[in-house]
Order: sequence, then C-alpha cells, then structure tokens
Amino acid sequence: MSAIDTTFEELRSLGKTAFIPFITAGDPDLEFTGQVLAELEKCGANICELGIPYSDPIADGPVIQASYTRALNQRIKLNAILDNAQTWTAGLSTPLVTMVSYSIIHRQGLERYVAQAKHAGIAGAIVPDLLVEEAPQFAAICAREDFSLIQLVTPTTPHDRALRICETTSGFLYYVSVTGITGARQELPPEVVDQVSWLKSKTELPVCIGFGISQAAQVKMLSQVADGIIVGSAIVKRVASAAEIGKAAALENVRTFVQELVAEL
Amino acid sequence: MADISPSTSNVPNEAGRFGLFGGRYVPETLTKALNELTTAYTEAKQDSVFQNQLTELFNDFVGRPSPLYFAERLTAHCGGAEIWLKREDTNHTGAHKINNTLGQALLTMRMGKKRVIAETGAGQHGVATATACARFGLECVVYMGAEDIRRQAPNVFSMKLLGAEVRAVETGSRTLRDAINEAMREWMSSVENTHYIIGSVVGPHPFPLIVRDFQSIIGQEARQQSLERFDALPDLLIACVGGGSNAAGLFYPFIDDADVAMLGVEAGGRGSQPGDHASPLSYGEHGILHGSMSYVMQDEDGQTCDVHSISAGLDYPGVGPEHSYWKDSGRVEYTSCEDDDAMHAFDTLTQCEGILPALESSHAIAAAMQQACKLGPSKRIVVCLSGRGDKDSNEIARIKKEMATAAASNQ
Ligand SMILES: Cc1ncc(COP(=O)(O)O)c(C=O)c1O
Repeated sequence: MSAIDTTFEELRSLGKTAFIPFITAGDPDLEFTGQVLAELEKCGANICELGIPYSDPIADGPVIQASYTRALNQRIKLNAILDNAQTWTAGLSTPLVTMVSYSIIHRQGLERYVAQAKHAGIAGAIVPDLLVEEAPQFAAICAREDFSLIQLVTPTTPHDRALRICETTSGFLYYVSVTGITGARQELPPEVVDQVSWLKSKTELPVCIGFGISQAAQVKMLSQVADGIIVGSAIVKRVASAAEIGKAAALENVRTFVQELVAEL
Repeated sequence: MADISPSTSNVPNEAGRFGLFGGRYVPETLTKALNELTTAYTEAKQDSVFQNQLTELFNDFVGRPSPLYFAERLTAHCGGAEIWLKREDTNHTGAHKINNTLGQALLTMRMGKKRVIAETGAGQHGVATATACARFGLECVVYMGAEDIRRQAPNVFSMKLLGAEVRAVETGSRTLRDAINEAMREWMSSVENTHYIIGSVVGPHPFPLIVRDFQSIIGQEARQQSLERFDALPDLLIACVGGGSNAAGLFYPFIDDADVAMLGVEAGGRGSQPGDHASPLSYGEHGILHGSMSYVMQDEDGQTCDVHSISAGLDYPGVGPEHSYWKDSGRVEYTSCEDDDAMHAFDTLTQCEGILPALESSHAIAAAMQQACKLGPSKRIVVCLSGRGDKDSNEIARIKKEMATAAASNQ
C-alpha cells in the first residue's frame, strides 16, 4: 500500500472527502514552494500535487503554463526539486504526488524517475500525457515499486476504455470534469456527477475530480459523489500573487481560500 | 544507437509506431478524436469516391502533377551531377502544404466537422489550410507565433483575406513549436466539433501517417516522371526537413528502392552550438514532443530547447517520427545547412534559373549544389523545391541589409 492508499482508507472510515491542492514546484522559488506545502497541510489538505514545470504542457491553461514558465525562467532543475522534496516530505504527513509530463519521465529513464521520486518521499505520479496504450511499461514499474500511478478519465472516454484505465491505475482515479485544459470555470458540466457515480459503481479505486474547480459551491456539490476534490489553477493564481503583494500576503491569500473550500467538505 | 534492421515502407503499425518512434503521448481527452480520425482515414483510403475527389482537386485546383524540371544552368554552374527540381512551388498557394490540407479538409467533412484549426510557422500551411477551408466553406482558425507573424507578413494577410482568423501566440519562443502547443490546447476544448489540420508529419498517431500519405503524391509523381524523362530512377533525392512533410512525401514512394539514396537537410542556423540551429536529427536525442517519440532538441531534464533558423518553416525543435526511424535504420542520411549557405543557394537558384525558392527549400538547394559537385556528371539528383520564395521577400531584404551593414562595419 502506498501512502495514498492509507490516506483514502482513513478518510473512508471517517466518511470524508479528500482535499487535494495543486501547486507548481519552484514558483517562484523552491523555498516558497516548501512554505506553501506546509501551509496547505495546516489548512487541511489530505494529499498535495506538485507540478513539475514543463516547457510544452498541452493539458494546461494560461495560469499553470505561466507558473511553469516562471519556474523554468529561474532555471529550476528536476534534481533541485527532488532534493528539496526530500526535505518537505520529511516534515509533512500528507502524501505528495508529482504531476509530471511523460517527456520528463522518459528523459530520466522510467526506473530512475520512480527511484528518485521515491527516494524524495513522493508517493506517486499523475502523468497527463501518458495514455493507457503507452502505459504498460511504466505501470509495471510503478506497481512493483508500490508507487501510485494515477491515471485520468475524461468526459470523452468511453465506458469500456474507462474500465481499462482503472485496471492499471493505483492510488486514485482522476476524473477530469471538463473537455478542455486546466483553469477555473464558472460552471462545470452537469454530467460530472453521473459520470463519477457510474465510475464509483465499477471500481474500488477512490475517484477524485479535478480541472476547473475554484468555488466553494462547486466543492460542496462534487463532494456528494467524489472521494476527493482537486484544485489547481485557483490556488496557483494565489501563489502567483506573491509577485505583486509579497510572499507573506500571498500565503495568507492561499490560506483564506483553501480554508473556505475545505469548510465545505 | 542505430537500429540495425533495415527500414521498410510497411510502417507504422496499429499503435502508430515507426520502429521505436511515433506512438501517441497526449492527454486522454484527445484519444476519442484521434481514434475517430484513424477510422475515418482508414475508410477513406479504401474509398474510391474519396480518392477520386482528391485526385480531381489535385489536378484542377492545385495544378498537379507538378513539373519535374531540369535545372540546366544550375547543373552547369555546379559542374557535376544533373540537378532536377520537383516543382512544388508551382502548386496553388505556392508550396507542398496544400496536398495535405486538401486531404485533411475532405476528412474533416467526412467526420461531419465544420470547423478547422491549424498551426503555422512560415505561414504556408496556414495559407494552405485557409484556402482549403474557403474552398469547402469550413470555419478556420490559425495559430501562429508572434515572431513568425513578423517574419511572414504577406502570408498573414493572405490568410485573413481567405477568411481565416489568425491568432498570435505570445508564449515561449513565439514560433512554430508554441503555435502547435496552442493549437493542441484549443483542440482539447473544441475536439467534439473541430478538426486539427496539423501541418507536417509530426504529432500523435495517426497524423504522421496521414500527412505522409497525402504528401506522397510528390514522390509518386517524381518516380513516374523520372522513368519517363530519363528512363531510370534518380540516384539521390534531397529535401529540406522542418517537421519533414515535403521530405517524407518525396522519399516514401522510393523507400523500397534500395539504389535510390536520400538526403534530408535540416536547418543548421548559425552553427552547431545548442540554440543556434534547428537540427534534432543531427544533434538531438530520443525524446517526446507534441505527442510522439522522435529525435528532439531537449535538455537533460527533458525540457525542449530553443532553436534557430532564418526560415520560419524549419525553426522547429522536433521532427517527424518516420525520419527518426529512417535515420536510425540508416535508410536516409541527414545533414544540416547553415543560414548563410541557404541564402547563397537562394541567390544562385534565383539568378541561374529565374526561380525564387522559399528559404526552407533553399536549404535543400544548397545541399544539392554540394552533392552535385561530389557525384559525377553521370548521376541525377531530384530535389524537392518545396515552395516559392515570394513570402520571404521582406525577410530576405531585411537579412541582406543586415549583412551589408555588418560587412561595411567590418571594413
Ligand atoms: C516551403 C516550405 N518548405 C518546407 C517547409 C518545412 O516543412 P516540412 O518539413 O514539413 O516539409 C515549410 C514549412 O512551413 C515550407 O513552407
């Protein structure tokens, strides 16, 4: 069992929904990332997603793209991120997972990436550009190493394919709420609830919903069906406010916002 | 790390693999559309109505077959092998790109979609897409890097006249690579009613296959024309390689002809230092970019590197997966040609033959001039003249002025 499995087991016994925030590693520097992670845990995050900056992200909207660009402009390297992550995870009780492009994993070598991430105390990976057809080799390594491979199902995924994706997924299943890229939406498609209910009737995996979520009311509504709620761009935007209002005030922004969402769970 | 097994024309496999290369590395959201496209294309390939429609468009709308032209004065100037030009510059819209966009526009309609997006570098693919969309009444949006909008102003104007919306891409290096990123992101949201007409043999499966097949008309004609004109196959084929579509189109129909040598020419830019060129096949590594595995210019973390070329259409850090396959199997040789040599070839062809080549194609001409000297007069080279140079006239004027200023200040 990876740390993520343990977390969901505990939450299930309490009948609670996980809150899963996303931030970008090194935005605008690694020290601040460590501070934000600690703050997120204090505010009630159950798992944290750490975005590994990538030069050509296809699934990301302007807010997360810009955060990747800020980090890459600081020449933040993967080694430095993982070195720091080792320190962060030592001080955190919430599991950390990386959101990472397969371009980066491939470049490191699949075995090596998993070994390095595990060494840094990271519990799993979300690989947004790794389709189930291309996943078997990486999935086998993740399974052997008890490293969660969190795969995505989207509104365009047919049912039979969704079941196939579940077979090699571990940790949790990531249900993408919208047909599109990351970024806050005023409204989410009404089918989300039915889709997630269907998935939950078919798999033992926890099902978490992400993409587009930015409001307390959305969190409340989705927590009726989901095992976890993932919030990215809306938090990254508040982290980014550090450039204008300073880090302390940005951290305060993150805290207020996350507390407001967590209160709905 | 050369793959020692000989390459064949029987690729890609079901998963879109050309040996190690290709495949599909995209967000799950796009899978449904890519599968639909694969099915639509597989059916269209067998459908004589579709094939006849495309042939008719090629003949009457594009003006195919394009001539195979003996460049007599250029041959004499080089003093070696005969240089023959496959004149894709004579196509409607002035480049090979129209072969692909007409094919994909027909597929768009076959899939019941009414809206098209595309990326463009030099603007040739954008113009060719806008043209196909105007011809069939499809809505058209073209993503183009802000730097390329500056370099290729005449094409931007044409796209707008043709009714396309041109969206400037301000992210990253503001060139072709960023335009592809932006087009793919848009496609993530519009995939249910929009087709993405990608402009080269790049991207996730089935794009490299589809674009190669539509461009293969270049090589099919060149093969037949060679047999008619000189009763033999050429000794050497040469084409420039950005994403690699004009090269794949010329090479593919000859892949199983072991006696025909092939040379792909990448953009050598200012030199061999990282960031100075756009030659992933010469200097890159196996990696993943824009949905497929191929050679790519990336750093030790897997981040894509900035690249440089004077020609917007070659200014790309990746390359089509089939070229990577041909490179590793040794079937095709790849080289690169620097900015200055391409400029020199541009001048030479213009003055010897009265043909203004595109800056992209000038890279192939430069390599052909070199190879002609190396090979004896008994040999024949067929070069793909992928496009006409009119679109580059402003940029060439600017570069020549820069060169003149630099020369004056050196004196
Ligand atoms: C005239 C011309 N030749 C070549 C290219 C390079 O593309 P490819 O390598 O796909 O043929 C372009 C791209 O814009 C072009 O406009």
